[in-house]
Amino acid sequence: MSDTHAETAFIRTEMLGPQLPPVTERGVVKWLRENLFAGWTNTALTLVALFVVFWLVQLALPWWLNGVWNATSLGECRTIAGPEGGACWAVIKARWHQYIFGFYPQDMYWRPIVAFGLMFVALAPVLYYGLRSGARLVGVVAVLTVVSLAALDHDIGHVVLAAVVMAGLFALAWVAPKRLVYVTLLYPFLAFWLLWGGSIWKPVATLAGFGVMVLVYRLIQPRLGVVMGTATGFITACLYWLFVQGSVTAALAGVPPELVPVNSDQFGGFLLAFVIGVTAISCSLPIGILLALGRRSDMLLIKTLSVGFIEFIRGVPLITMLFTASLLLQYFLPPRTNFDLILRVVILVTLFAAAYIAEVIRGGLAALPRGQYEAADALGLDYWQAQRLIIMPQALKISIPGIVSTFIGLFKDTTLVSFVGLLDPLRGVTQIVRADINWKGIYWEPYIFVGVIFFLICFGMSRYSMYLEQKLKTDHR
Amino acid sequence: MAEAQKMQVSDEVAIRISNMNKWYGTFHVLRDINMTVNRGERIVICGPSGSGKSTLIRCINRLEEHQQGQIVVDGTELTSDLKNIDKVRSEVGMVFQHFNLFPHLTILENCTLAPIWVRKVPKREAEATAMHFLEKVKIPEQAHKYPGQLSGGQQQRVAIARSLCMKPRIMLFDEPTSALDPEMIKEVLDTMIALAEEGMTMLCVTHEMGFAQAVANRVIFMDQGQIVEQNEPKEFFNNPKSDRTKLFLSQILGH
Repeated sequence: MSDTHAETAFIRTEMLGPQLPPVTERGVVKWLRENLFAGWTNTALTLVALFVVFWLVQLALPWWLNGVWNATSLGECRTIAGPEGGACWAVIKARWHQYIFGFYPQDMYWRPIVAFGLMFVALAPVLYYGLRSGARLVGVVAVLTVVSLAALDHDIGHVVLAAVVMAGLFALAWVAPKRLVYVTLLYPFLAFWLLWGGSIWKPVATLAGFGVMVLVYRLIQPRLGVVMGTATGFITACLYWLFVQGSVTAALAGVPPELVPVNSDQFGGFLLAFVIGVTAISCSLPIGILLALGRRSDMLLIKTLSVGFIEFIRGVPLITMLFTASLLLQYFLPPRTNFDLILRVVILVTLFAAAYIAEVIRGGLAALPRGQYEAADALGLDYWQAQRLIIMPQALKISIPGIVSTFIGLFKDTTLVSFVGLLDPLRGVTQIVRADINWKGIYWEPYIFVGVIFFLICFGMSRYSMYLEQKLKTDHR
Repeated sequence: MAEAQKMQVSDEVAIRISNMNKWYGTFHVLRDINMTVNRGERIVICGPSGSGKSTLIRCINRLEEHQQGQIVVDGTELTSDLKNIDKVRSEVGMVFQHFNLFPHLTILENCTLAPIWVRKVPKREAEATAMHFLEKVKIPEQAHKYPGQLSGGQQQRVAIARSLCMKPRIMLFDEPTSALDPEMIKEVLDTMIALAEEGMTMLCVTHEMGFAQAVANRVIFMDQGQIVEQNEPKEFFNNPKSDRTKLFLSQILGH
């Protein structure tokens, strides 16, 4: 009996320890075998691909290596490069400032530079809330801002002032990263003042409108609830902006500090792309969230309005909206209202992006299990608490790739403003550069230059979204 | 032990449901439900799937709306008045079949969220309460992990602790052990038995007949959206009256 039993019964007397996999199943060898030479087809494809890459590089490399940096015209470039030809980067060297600033007055370049540097300070608490990474970002940007100011601005006072402000912000970011949020809240007004100039009291008076809104909300909310509080606050603030702010600004006109005003038509290049892109990105997210919630609402009116808005905006090309902004909107406004073209474009681009964001977020909301809503309800959280604390953090996390895609698309779409006569970097500025008799006929270099900058910005956004996804990953699947 | 528990049941009415009807569209899910739950009473609701037992307890905290009749919880009638609904919900705890923990928050944050935002308890106090209840369900060491890192049984115990943090007067359990591995069922049931021994008013939809026999004051059997039979557990299991109940019991206790 014991003999037959020995085949079915087994007792382990000693446990086995872990061992390394065989040599061909680990490290570089494994990677090469699995990814490049996994079979005959795979090996052949690898070799063909290598050949194609080599062939393309061999074709293009001389053009890149032969690049000419110092010349005053395309003809001179061609002479220097000789018969084998080469890139004429001299055009970028001569005209880079137009690609960056458009026709912004040269002696005031410090203003957009400081605004751009401060933008990253304002972004730091949004991108890295309460983390030291934010302080590192502020530090790097501070150094870059001061260096570029030193290189481009002849007034040493501006450089020193910027250095002091940036150092102060860096200290704040290092010691109390969460406090940086106040910089973020003030930034839109500060940037507006820096870029467009004029009296500082105009943005301050506008800011006061938000103060009015918060004040009214605080008074109403305990008595009539969140929705009524928000609505009343918003209406009061709008009334203030429409009827009171004008006289406040007028009364304070001429009171220093004041900056030389710069007109919207002097904006151009990446400055313009950033003004439109960043404003539209930061405004379209909250509007998109509200639209997504509206579309899922039980209230028929709100639902119908949201659906109508989203479907209408998504059904119309962006260029149509831009033409509306530049031409049609004027007809609907009271005569002689001076409504800035950039502002009009920003509003319509924002609404356009908001409709897409709303649909992306709706996808995130739909992906949440019903149980999350039920658990929030069962715990007694009201609608807005449940949305803010439970639903949105999860829905937004799911929607990050879609949201960032929309943002990237939006940022690239800012080049379409050339159709309404604004100087976008791709078409607007390049056309002006090529209209110059010296650079007539230049083709590749400006587009490569603009393309590379767009790529870097969009790639940065994409990498950040991947970092964020990783950071917010708590499901441990 | 069973006698001692029954002593705790008071005459005070915790939940009263009278002539309640509910439809999903035109489908009549709950038909003429009448029941009263006294404070401290522990009720097990069982029945075949689709019999409306989950819908019934979900009506009690208005996760489902009833169309006819009256539900009064703790003296508050459930109508479409949002204030009443929020009041009832903060008094009634609910534990779900699929736990429904918030995956983006740690265990501790799951437990403190509602006390902080609904009851306006200071954060530190809410955390102390949460740790107290996490100790009670025997997982204080997991407080800073995320739900995804816990086993099903642990998650369900966290869900119980999360409900208890709101200091509810009534607890509803919607098949709390149905999604668990056999090994984990016991740890959740033990937690629920401990809760019952403290005199919590409990309504529990479950197929755990052992649990029903051990702690319930009353077992309610539902079929086709109506209450078919209710009785003390001993009578219910040993001497079922209706044929439908006999058939059901023979099927679930048959093996």
